[in-house]
Amino acid sequence: MASSIAFAPQHPPIRILIGKVGLDGHDRGAKYVAHILRDAGYEVIYTGIRRAPEEIAEAAVQEDVSVVGLSFLSGAHIALFRRVIEQLRRRCAGQVVLVGGGTIPPDDVRTLKSMGVAEVFTPGTSARTIVDRIGQLLDNRQVA
Amino acid sequence: MDEKDSEQALTPEEAKRQWETGTVAKTIARCPERQAQFRTGSGLDVDRLYVPEPAAHVGETYRNKLGFPGTYPFTRGIQPTLYRGRFWTMRQYAGYATAQESNRRFRYLLEQGSTGLSVAFDLPTQIGYDSDDPLSCGEVGRVGVAVSTVEDMAALFDGIPLDRVSTSMTINATAAVILAMYIVVAERQGAPLTALAGTIQNDILKEYFARGTYRFPPRPSLRLISDLFAYCASTLPKWNAISVSGYHIREAGATAAQEIGFTLADAVCYIETAIAAGLDVDDFAPQITFFFAAHMDLLEEVAKFRAARRLYARLMKERFGAKNPKSLMLRFHTQTSGVALTAQQPDNNVVRVAIQALAAVLGGTQSLHTNSKDEALALPTEDSVRLALRTQQIIAHETGVANTIDPLGGSYYVESLTDRLEAEAEEWLARIDSIGGMVAAVEQGYVQRAIEQAAYEYGNSIETGDRTIVGVNKFVEDKPPAMDLFSVAAAVETRQAEAVTAVKRNRDAAAVAAALSRIEQVARSDENLMPAIIDAVRVSVSLGEICNCLQNVFGEHVDAFS
Repeated sequence: MASSIAFAPQHPPIRILIGKVGLDGHDRGAKYVAHILRDAGYEVIYTGIRRAPEEIAEAAVQEDVSVVGLSFLSGAHIALFRRVIEQLRRRCAGQVVLVGGGTIPPDDVRTLKSMGVAEVFTPGTSARTIVDRIGQLLDNRQVA
Repeated sequence: MDEKDSEQALTPEEAKRQWETGTVAKTIARCPERQAQFRTGSGLDVDRLYVPEPAAHVGETYRNKLGFPGTYPFTRGIQPTLYRGRFWTMRQYAGYATAQESNRRFRYLLEQGSTGLSVAFDLPTQIGYDSDDPLSCGEVGRVGVAVSTVEDMAALFDGIPLDRVSTSMTINATAAVILAMYIVVAERQGAPLTALAGTIQNDILKEYFARGTYRFPPRPSLRLISDLFAYCASTLPKWNAISVSGYHIREAGATAAQEIGFTLADAVCYIETAIAAGLDVDDFAPQITFFFAAHMDLLEEVAKFRAARRLYARLMKERFGAKNPKSLMLRFHTQTSGVALTAQQPDNNVVRVAIQALAAVLGGTQSLHTNSKDEALALPTEDSVRLALRTQQIIAHETGVANTIDPLGGSYYVESLTDRLEAEAEEWLARIDSIGGMVAAVEQGYVQRAIEQAAYEYGNSIETGDRTIVGVNKFVEDKPPAMDLFSVAAAVETRQAEAVTAVKRNRDAAAVAAALSRIEQVARSDENLMPAIIDAVRVSVSLGEICNCLQNVFGEHVDAFS
């Protein structure tokens, strides 16, 4: 089935890392988002589940990605996002655009944004919204 | 053959009378129905079972495809009186923070009329890391209760007599250790092991492709499962040694037919493993139970439960030659769909849950968990958990759907769906067989790809508007929901980690070392691991220590980048 969202591929393609950190195994959303971002022309690396923060940061650097998107349904988002951010900074990759998704309560969305997460996509967000918002965040970054 | 011929000559009413004087009468003698007479809300009589019009003889088709409740192929239910005898078990999955806090939630649920317990463990416990392990960081007490030592398990069931409740535990990779802890707590309470009733999920295969709490590679994990089958068969007669789970397969994106097909393919693998280990199918098959999802398409879901029962009965009889009728019965727990809950307009979820729960009841479930309306946002509050339980109680006591068995049997639509889902599920089962079984299919990524594709198509159908989700892609409101959400305090993790460290400081170090080396020795042999694990738990060896020891022998499973 063709996706509802298809864009001409960018040259060179922008790379995005979609990751699952910690012990959470719910990966339906992460895989779906990886799929729609590929349909939208991005080159997407999906980490699989249960990665350590160090592994995520290392992969982000090695794969030279512009965006890191992490999905959480286990409630561990604040502690683990903090550790991923720390690890990215340690590798001088603090400029990577960070986005999050999953079952994240509104108060925690505010906390995550104050920590430097650019956007948090909660359940029910449309594929179109996710693709558009990530495009916008990348444009803003290029302007800045 | 005589009996068959004479049955064929019976009208449906005559065949029904025969079923009532035989199968039903035996059941009622043992366990009477809830009422002598059942009536509709307006006072009409309600019969136990409705059968085709008398003009049509009960031919091959009716007997082979439907039969009577409590008789092969169990399409219409596994019990002769079903909910006329007693309602399904209302079993709400619960657990968070520490054992003490979860114990309070359990007692609350029992006071509110829950009839069974269902324990949610946190992720470190499910994977086999202690609360004080660095790998547990951020996850302790989040999605369930943290249990690292037998002391935690004792606190969890404090004041709850284990010989008088039935307890279901969602635990897979570490099921052997958690069951060992439950047994040791029962011993301390003075409860006889023969009285322990409950279920361990113990279904590792779906963890590799749908749920994610694996620890060891598939093959040694299957050995642990087989050890548990043998142990339960010999020691815990009222315990279900496995709950083969389609729920997470469906939640990961599978269709209804895939849910049945992949779940039964998992069951086939476990049964073959146990037979290869020398067990007789009729010794352990009665202790196999199942767990399915109830999704939104009401009549398709009802048909799914009926199709699963029939396909399993045929499989057990034809493929495994099971003879004990209990080996042929697909008993199952149902949970309403988490994926179907929406974060938008969360009150709408109350209605969704009620419809899904109704599907489970019309499909003949043995026990049921109803989700809470706020679960697309956070763990549920006590109020929303109570409302979810009340939903079941209203279906049971007010709607009358429990007064007759398989009320939708004979509906042209439901029977057609039942046939089609069974056929499609059987095709999935055949595909897994042709790959070489579920382990090979998972190792090749076949099941993962099939589920991912189905999830992608489902997502796209919402995106394009082909599928309407009220409040999400139609009838949308701008205002965000105003709700009080439940949260687990961050301090829980520190408190729990310190408690575990304290238990480890105050135990007999020599006994711990001896117990661990014994486990390692047994793990390297083909002896049953349960006795050694129980001995270790008795001297307060922790879950993490036992799992690390097993990992030294078995290795660790790791997911791949893609």
